[in-house]
Amino acid sequence: MVEALTIVLAAGLTRGWRSSLAGVGAATAALAVVVAALGPALTLVPIDALRLVVGGLLLVFGLQWLRKAILRASGYKALHDEDEIFTRELRDAETAAHEERAGLDWYGFTLSFKGVFLEGLEVAFIVLTFGSTQQNIPLAAVGAAIAVVLVAVVGVLARAPLSRVPENSMKFAVGVMLTTFGIFWGAEGAGASWPGGDAMILGVLAFVLVLSFVSVVVLRRRRVVPVTA
Amino acid sequence: MRRFGRFWWDFVVGDDWVAAAGVAAGLALTALLAAWWVLPLAVAVVLAATLVRATR
Repeated sequence: MVEALTIVLAAGLTRGWRSSLAGVGAATAALAVVVAALGPALTLVPIDALRLVVGGLLLVFGLQWLRKAILRASGYKALHDEDEIFTRELRDAETAAHEERAGLDWYGFTLSFKGVFLEGLEVAFIVLTFGSTQQNIPLAAVGAAIAVVLVAVVGVLARAPLSRVPENSMKFAVGVMLTTFGIFWGAEGAGASWPGGDAMILGVLAFVLVLSFVSVVVLRRRRVVPVTA
Repeated sequence: MRRFGRFWWDFVVGDDWVAAAGVAAGLALTALLAAWWVLPLAVAVVLAATLVRATR
């Protein structure tokens, strides 16, 4: 969401707020349709099948996030820099050709739409998966909506990309959580029973945390040790 | 249509297909053995494999 705010700010400042906010509105409506359409359908799926699919998808997403976070923490990948992304988006938006469609600056509209929709799709996915496995999609949607409003309010107040948000640490935490729930639900959905029941989720969390920190330490050491021929 | 498929492939599978394939294999093995320890072990192996591929 922080990344979406950066894109919307760049589009609004360079291409006009009307087109940019229209893009935000259209993307938000599209995301609401995705959640509203898939939400009720997911409640009809048997819980074990749902946990298998949801667990698998969460694991795939979680491992992607975790992989990037570990590579960033160990110095193999550049840290996410919102200021740099903002500068790049501003430069691109300033140099793009002006094309008007439906009374809107098309570049500003599509830039905001794509930024919010693509970033929001991950949020919608998390809302649907966590909400459906706990059989409370509205509550999960409310949680996501509060987070969106919070980021938007802070963005309006700051009128600058949220570069002070510890985004890299937050992404590490999200990767750990997605992987933890992915392992837990995926195994349950595949027919395994966890010793200790739901309490074992803390054990899985500890396992993923240790695995992640060990990976960071190993990669950091590998990076500083000079390679000899 | 091709771009649509590409978008979903990138969205779900991401940068490294090994992670997605490893997760599918881990889930299949868990279903086969009905053992809780298979998936954490599979995740450890898949994470290590995908990190090695990224830093090679």
